Amino acid sequence: MSTDIKFRKGLTIKLKGGANHQISQANRSKIFAINPPVFHGIKPKMSVKVGDRVKVGDAVFYAKQNDQIKFTAPVSGEIKEIVRGAKRKILSIEIIADTEDTFVDFGAKTPGKLAGPQVKESLLESGCWPMIKQRPYDVIANPSESPKSIFISAYDTAPLAASYAVTLEGREQEFQAGIDALSKLTEGKVHLSTGSSASFLNEIKGVVLHKVSGKHPAGNVGVQIAKVDPVNSGDRVWVVNPQDVASIGSLFLTGKYNPTKIVALAGSQVDKPQYYKVIQGTRIKDIVGGNLKSGKSRMISGNPLTGTAVGLNGFLGFYHDSISVLPEGDHYSFFGWMPFIGNHKFSMSRTFFSWLTPNKEYDLDTNLNGEERAFVMTGEMEKVLPMDVYPMQLLKATMIQDIEKMENLGIYEVAPEDFALIDFISTSKIEAQQIIREGLDLMIKEVG
Amino acid sequence: MKFIRKQLDKVKPHFDEGGKFEKYAPAYYGIETFLFVPNHTTKHGAHIRDGIDLKRVMITVVIALLPALIFGIWNIGYQNMGDGQGFWDYFIFGAIRFLPMVIVSYGVGLGIEFAYAIFRGHDVNEGYLVTGLLIPMIMPIDFPLWMLAVSVVFAVVIGKEAFGGTGMNILNPALVARAFALFSYAPYMSGNTVWVADSVADGVSGETILGALAGGVDPGTSVFDMFMGYIPGSVGETSVLMISIGAVLLLATGIASWRIMLSTLIGGALMAFLFNIIGSSTNELLNFPWWQHLLVGGFAFGLVFMATDPVSGAQTNTGKWIYGFLIGVFAILIRVVNPTLPEGMMMAILLMNVFAPTIDHYIVEGNVKRRKKRLQKVNV
Repeated sequence: MSTDIKFRKGLTIKLKGGANHQISQANRSKIFAINPPVFHGIKPKMSVKVGDRVKVGDAVFYAKQNDQIKFTAPVSGEIKEIVRGAKRKILSIEIIADTEDTFVDFGAKTPGKLAGPQVKESLLESGCWPMIKQRPYDVIANPSESPKSIFISAYDTAPLAASYAVTLEGREQEFQAGIDALSKLTEGKVHLSTGSSASFLNEIKGVVLHKVSGKHPAGNVGVQIAKVDPVNSGDRVWVVNPQDVASIGSLFLTGKYNPTKIVALAGSQVDKPQYYKVIQGTRIKDIVGGNLKSGKSRMISGNPLTGTAVGLNGFLGFYHDSISVLPEGDHYSFFGWMPFIGNHKFSMSRTFFSWLTPNKEYDLDTNLNGEERAFVMTGEMEKVLPMDVYPMQLLKATMIQDIEKMENLGIYEVAPEDFALIDFISTSKIEAQQIIREGLDLMIKEVG
Repeated sequence: MKFIRKQLDKVKPHFDEGGKFEKYAPAYYGIETFLFVPNHTTKHGAHIRDGIDLKRVMITVVIALLPALIFGIWNIGYQNMGDGQGFWDYFIFGAIRFLPMVIVSYGVGLGIEFAYAIFRGHDVNEGYLVTGLLIPMIMPIDFPLWMLAVSVVFAVVIGKEAFGGTGMNILNPALVARAFALFSYAPYMSGNTVWVADSVADGVSGETILGALAGGVDPGTSVFDMFMGYIPGSVGETSVLMISIGAVLLLATGIASWRIMLSTLIGGALMAFLFNIIGSSTNELLNFPWWQHLLVGGFAFGLVFMATDPVSGAQTNTGKWIYGFLIGVFAILIRVVNPTLPEGMMMAILLMNVFAPTIDHYIVEGNVKRRKKRLQKVNV
């Protein structure tokens, strides 16, 4: 049994360099890292010192606001360095990895036979908890709360996104165990959405299955929630990435924290785009190394719309299952604003002829293609946000920090990633994701 | 191209922080970014961006204006000289009369824009590229240049910068210039003598169709002439054919709102049709066929290029329908019923500019209510 969700609005951006369906084992990095800034809103408190030895699953730091939320080591080894930035903010904790991992044994359990609090405890203790994020606010879920429902979107429509058909291959049992565990955390339902393709996901038990179709952002869990079970003021909905569901399942089946995942290495600057089996916190260089085309590239942990720019020496983000490598666009273009010229660029508007070739894959770089301006054009943002929200009005309310207006206009229903396409299409180059992120942080502070 | 780039790079350090002309950086960047789309890369948010920017949008609108502009210049000559001359005779005559107006409009307007940018330390916005061309296109050809300059100053300073510049203005700046001119210099903006160049000296009748109708006379202009634009009027407004070409470009590129265009057309047609039904023995305008109402005066030009201004118009999709429809209704209402103004498009658009935020407010309020209702349902 499944219901169909169709989205009419949106924009699919086709980029060159999609990953081939081939999985290789990435070289094991000598150094792994956990980067606390990846966990938005978390103030890290260290559990270890430089020189300490850790096993996979040993806590490295915990959240200052809630010491139950632990962040654990993805590899066994020795703490090499705690990298700090301005105001001694912890940016990264680097671990020198052993050649062979040793694991903390949390004990194998059958999630179906556990009660909610026991599941919660296992997740918190093992470091799996940060995999669960909440709406509103798009931050790590608060373990003392109970969500009205849990959403898992196993359908990714973002450009260069990893295909779940590849990344979840062979993890059916783990995934089912993960669902069994998560379903203990809510009184409500666990919603799982998939694309149209056949996979084991259609046979998963204990979920409400949704078949999603449409252009990006149809695969965003936020727009699916808005359609199925919208977030009201005071509500909590939890969301988990599909590979993390399998990792949670793996914890219960084996008793070990499982930090392995499959990531797509994609983008027009990649020589042979394909999938790699990696461990969380792998150094980008160890995945990308030797597989780049010449020219200045930008490495992005995540997809080109929502990912984080990292250097070759940066590390794979906790929530990311793709690495995108795009050409840097720091070049001038003479009279580059001339309408109907420059058709190697992609545009939602028809001031380029790119709309005549809807199936063409584009090689887009990181040029802003203009400068930031005041809001002028209207109606364009609405085309790419399939929610019952007025995006421009919400952005303006957020910019002037009018909390009541933000609430009224639906700030609780949105996450920055839902505004990624607005970043992309905006004629005035409005930084919508950033504005929404700052707005959500304001709401956390003022409303909680 | 490389040469220009080199020269720009050479002088650039003077405008950077700590440079000699640091204060004038906005002016430098205004020129540099006009020549080259800058090398700025994404710093926050999405790493890739759509190819569109405000310059491209504004230039597309300028291109959409060109057919009406070129025809308008030709028509200046044609109206003055009558039949029997070659294309270039008309065109050159028109250009000599019209280009000074464009130069004054751009010169004064962009001068103020640059001055404000330097004064306030922000980038030069592109909005005036369109406004600066629209203003001379909606003025009578004999309008004195100094009056034009004063109108431009008023439009840019009071109509736009006072509200915070591009994107913040409530009224369409080009129409502010025209309204200012109409109320300040009425004799130069209305009547039978201003719409054709040198009509008094050359003894050519400069009466517009609407002017004649308001006076109770049927000018007997053929529908073909009205559609093609072989009639007296402001430079840009006469040729419905040329305006339609611009409209097609704006709609095809998705820059102007089809909702506003369509609803304005429907509103105007309905209102004129209603007046046809009512009829009148004293007011010829009531009897003027409803579809011909759409061909004359500034209706078509206002519909395509003025009502669709995204900044001063309604911003929600539903709001656009209401906004456009009411513009159409009021334009014809003012045109037919108001005895002092033979044309109502400008007033209708300015009026609806004022009400656009109110319309949007109620549309958005509907969304807010829906959300609150949903919350109540859950709490019950």
